[in-house]
Order: sequence, then C-alpha cells, then structure tokens
Amino acid sequence: MSVNIKSKKIPLTGAEAVAEAMRQIKPDVVAAYPITPQTPIVEIFSKYAADGLVETEVVTPESEHSAISIVTAASAAGARAMSASASQGLALMVEVLPATSGLRLPVVMAIANRALSAPINIHCDHSDMMAVRDLGWIQIFSENAQEAYDNMFLAVRLSEHPDVLLPSMVGLDGFIISHGVEIVEIYDDELMHNFVGERKPNLTLFDFENPITIGPLQLTDFYFETKRQEQEAMKNALKIYLEIGKELSKITGKDYPYFESYKLEDAEYAIAVMGSTAGTAKDAVDELREEGYKVGLFKPKLFRPFPYDDVREALKNLKGIGVLDRAYSFGAYAPLYTDIRNALYDLDKRIPIQSYIYGLGGRDIFKHQIKNVFMELIEGKYTKEEKCIGLRE
Amino acid sequence: MEIKTVRDLAELQTKEGLRFVAGHRMCAGCGISTILRTVLSASKKPVIVVNATGCLEVVSTIYPYTAWNTPWLHVTFVNAASSASGVETAYRALKKRGVIKEEVNIVAIGGDGGTYDIGIQALSGALERWHNFLYICYNNEGYMNTGHQRSGATPFGASTTTQPAGKISIGKVQWRKDLVKIVAGHNIPYVAQSNVYNTMDMFKKAQKAFETLGPKFLNILMPCTTNWGFSENLTMRISRLATETNYWPLFEIENGVLTVNYKPKERKPIEEFLKLQGRFKHLFTPENRHVIEEMQKRIDEDFDNLLKLEKATHELGIRI
Repeated sequence: MSVNIKSKKIPLTGAEAVAEAMRQIKPDVVAAYPITPQTPIVEIFSKYAADGLVETEVVTPESEHSAISIVTAASAAGARAMSASASQGLALMVEVLPATSGLRLPVVMAIANRALSAPINIHCDHSDMMAVRDLGWIQIFSENAQEAYDNMFLAVRLSEHPDVLLPSMVGLDGFIISHGVEIVEIYDDELMHNFVGERKPNLTLFDFENPITIGPLQLTDFYFETKRQEQEAMKNALKIYLEIGKELSKITGKDYPYFESYKLEDAEYAIAVMGSTAGTAKDAVDELREEGYKVGLFKPKLFRPFPYDDVREALKNLKGIGVLDRAYSFGAYAPLYTDIRNALYDLDKRIPIQSYIYGLGGRDIFKHQIKNVFMELIEGKYTKEEKCIGLRE
Repeated sequence: MEIKTVRDLAELQTKEGLRFVAGHRMCAGCGISTILRTVLSASKKPVIVVNATGCLEVVSTIYPYTAWNTPWLHVTFVNAASSASGVETAYRALKKRGVIKEEVNIVAIGGDGGTYDIGIQALSGALERWHNFLYICYNNEGYMNTGHQRSGATPFGASTTTQPAGKISIGKVQWRKDLVKIVAGHNIPYVAQSNVYNTMDMFKKAQKAFETLGPKFLNILMPCTTNWGFSENLTMRISRLATETNYWPLFEIENGVLTVNYKPKERKPIEEFLKLQGRFKHLFTPENRHVIEEMQKRIDEDFDNLLKLEKATHELGIRI
C-alpha cells in the first residue's frame, strides 16, 4: 500500500531483504562472523562488496567477539558500522555488547534469532536476544522479511539520533524469516539512503586538535551517573522511535507503531506474540472472528525500550490475555510475559493473564494450537505456571 | 631531525610535545610511561591509541582525568587488536569517502595478560587480516594490575599468587610462551623484542615499525616493582640485567630475517637477575638450586638457538 511509486516488489528471503537494506544504508564498515542462520546476510553483503555495489569496508574477523569489537571501535572512530549474528555468536559478543551501549555507539546489527546451546540447535527461538535484553541495546523484532527490511532503516536512524546514541539489534526469526521467501517491497535506493543520510558523529577518534579519551575508567564517583544517562537515552528512544517511524511512513505508506494491534479494538481476548508466529496468529484470529469470538492479536515490535504505558492502554479492556514467549527466563516468568504483566499492574482491575512457552529450538507452532490458546483464555483456564505449546510431556 | 642519542630524543619530545603526559597514577618505578613516551614519539604522523584493559588503562584514564594527549580508545580486556582493526578499517573507509584527509598511525597496546593470553585470538586474527597497525605488548610477566597472578608470559620458577611457591611448589613449573615466534608465524613484516632500559633500541624499533606497512609487533619487557618485588629505583637495572643475562634478548625479525641486536661479550649468570626480585626468592635454597640450573640451561639453549636463526636467515637465505 505504498504511497511511493519508486519501489519494486520482489521475492526475497529475509536474509536477502536485510542485506538489501544494508546495501541501501551504505555502512562504512561491516564486520560479521558467519553463523547459521545469519550466514546468508554476511555472504550476500560480501558479494555486494566484491561486485563493487557498495563501498563498504567488509572485515571477516576470526570470531563474533572480534566482529563486535571491530564495529564498536569503527563506530567510535566515527564510521557507520554494522554487523549480524545469531545464537552462540551473539552469546560470544556478550562481553562487548554493554561496552558498545555504554560508549553510546550507534552500531546496528541484524540477529537471525536462533536457540542457544545446549543442546545445540540451529533453529529459531528468541533465547539469543532475550539473553541480552538488559545490556543497553535497542531491540526490534520482525514478523516477516518486509518488517526486517524496514526495521533496519528505523534502527539506523534511531541509534544515530543525538538524543539516543545507543546500538540496536533487529531480530528476524532464524530460517522462518531469514530463509523463507516472501514478496518484499524494496524502495528506491536514493530515497532510502537519503532517509538514513550520512552519520554525523559528535565526537570521533580522528580529532587530533582536541584528542578525546573514549572508554576511561569510572569508579564509584561517576559510573552511576553515566549509566543513568544510558537509561535516559533509552527513554528518549521510546519517543524518537515513533517520530522516525512517521518519517519512514512518508516513503512506505506503512505505520511504525511500538506494537501492532490486530483486531484488538473490540477484542475481549488477545494473544501477545512477537516475530513470525504473529502471522500464524492473525489467521487464527480471523478464523475465530468468523466463528463469532471477539479475539485479537497484540504483536510487540519494539521490545527494548519497552513501551509500558502504551501496552497498558492497548490491553486495558481485555477479559483475558495469553502471552506467548519463544524463550524461557529460567527460574522466572518468561520475558515478554513479565513485561506485559508488569505493564498491567497499574490497572485498577486485574486482567487474567496466562504465560505460554512455544517454539523452542524451532518447534513448529500451528494455527490450531493458537486457536486452542484462545479457547483456553475464553474458557477461563488460567494457571500461575506457564503452559507449553506443542511439548511432549 | 635524526635521532641518534637519548639526548636527541629528549629534544624531540620537548619540541614536539608528548602524546602521553603527566597526571597518570602509575606506581613509582613503573616503566610504562617510558615505553609510551619513547615509542609514541617515534611516529611522525598523528597517533590513535587503542588500549586493552590493564595497568596502563586503569592508571591513565581515571575519569574525569586523562594522561592521553592523543586520541585513545578502550573497549575491553580481550579486544585491543580487534578494536584497533575496527579503527583502522574505519580509517580506510572514511579516508575513501574524503571525511579524513591526514595520514595516521594506529597503535594497540596491551599487557601480557591482554596479549599473550586473553587477547591472543584477537591478535592473531588482526595480524592475519593484515591491518596496518602496530601492536605493543608491555610485558611485565603476569597479571600485575590485579595483584600478580600467573600469565602465559610468567617465567619458569616465579612465584605468583595463583601459582605460588610453597612447601611442595617451586612456583610456575611451565616455561613462558614464545609469543614473538607465534606472532612471527603470521609472516608479518616486522616483529621485535625490546626492553624498557634500552630507550634507543625501543625508539629505533618503533621507528622501523611506523615506517612499515601492514601489521607490526613489539614485545617490550617491563619489570614490575610492585609484584616482581624490588625497590622502585631498580627498574632499569633489573631490565638491563634481563638482557645482559640473555633472559630477554633484544632482537628483530624483518620480513623473516632475524637479527640479534645485542650480544653480551660475556653473559651474566641468571642469578644476578633473579636475586634482586622477591618472586624468585624461594629459589635461593639448596633444595631449589636445580630450578636455577635448569633455568640457566634453557636460557643458554634458547639464546644459542636465536644466534643460529640469525645465521640461518642472514647467511643461508632461510626465512622465519
């Protein structure tokens, strides 16, 4: 439904769509280590560089730890730097991730969401990004290749905004999105590059007249204030995300809200789910609607920062909510469930809410299973424990 | 001006100004600032320094103060070499786009912990990718910033807090890692070993490194007054003894050709180096006499091997 005629609709995998976005963004530096199912992103982008389609300096490091170190340092030097990873790769980056955000460097990284070892498993779940959700990175989840493509542009603008200056990761479900082919609307190169523009760093390592020290030691007297500023930047990101989304709408004609509310307005029962399963859930909602049930879908896109107030507002009239998490938070409530439950705490009335875990290690989830979740909500089958979908007991 | 003597170097530093200045909080008797001032003044171009976590980072950048008069970046302990790779790559990208005009030198600095051990993978990757940068290891043979724990650079027979000498222990039982050989295995154009007492040796090697394109590596020994256990006024004396005993030979490998820069007419016995240091105190007992003997034997063998390599590369056309 684009208002812009300068676009083409072509069949692409999610990985191809992300690489295409990166080509249009024109980062100065890309460093990424191959890992299934992220690999095609770095392969395709490397081919772009090899064919002279981008002027980006592509580095092929010996590990994800070096990949994130390279893009972090390149960003400190003033370059626009991007990476991509998944699962164990993201886990190997963990030491550096809070340094990237703590140094306030706008690195953007695509994550082809994949289960964490052990047992080793190459398929989709969200345990990789959930494990790093408290490290100061903005996190945006995508439902499909189109969203992954669009989110890359949002992420660059949001990260580089002077009131934000925080790194971002854009999640796309491993294999399901990264390798699945969809029709993706790709917008004009110039239009998209102009949307992100050139990075304009306020400080760089190349200022020899006023040399700066980046990454000093801060002890008991300053560390706390620095971290407080990071939290303020996250709060700013919440506001600026919507502003940048409105700008992007002018090109694409689409909306970029914090979350998608699908048939939620008059719904009595809703499921909350992120990523590709939201697509299946929409079909389940449609079928149940035809059967006369007032059901809807709540699909968070921006997960960090989490828009608590807006979430509460969107869900306040429901009679029951099921939250589907594609990750455990071992020994605690599941991540998305925790945040939504927290958001609802300020309501006067208590909405019944049920936690579901699904799809770990790429376990398929089917429409009938989602419909079954709705029926449990409608029938008032709530427990304090999380329930598992598609698990062999 | 051509720098021939330490006096010339002092004049150069006075004229050009220092890239590392006063105000840091190093221990009295620490050699790091001597290394930095010497090595960094050998660069005719502006310098960007990337620093691993360690003594240097901790003492020179206690916020809101900094002793760095040149752009400086610290990310983590592990990644001085990969962060320097990132800066160097950004430099190439921004130069290509015309954002940066001037020529620069990029220097990564880490202690032996950040270089021999936790950072060796990042170092190896950066060398293999052929980034144009100089890596300097200031080697004080252990994790000194955190109170003298054992590292891969800690010498045989030294007592450290994690491998202490005791009733049934001589301290470290393994020989130290030969990092220069490992680095040379990447076939980079310039690898050298130097020692903090020898200012001109450090300076000349840094000059050569800065004039060479591609990855370069300097391994500089730096006695640690606090943890090697000697009084502050002995740093340079102990440093010199390390070379005079052949414990720490000065040599360089240029495009695979090895040159030993200093050959003592008569090498001093290793005891002279050991006896001034608390970390070797336990070796001076009759029951540990064999440790010193073993050490002496290995040092002589290693130095002999170094001379053979020099001969082989200079005279037989063999390349390291």
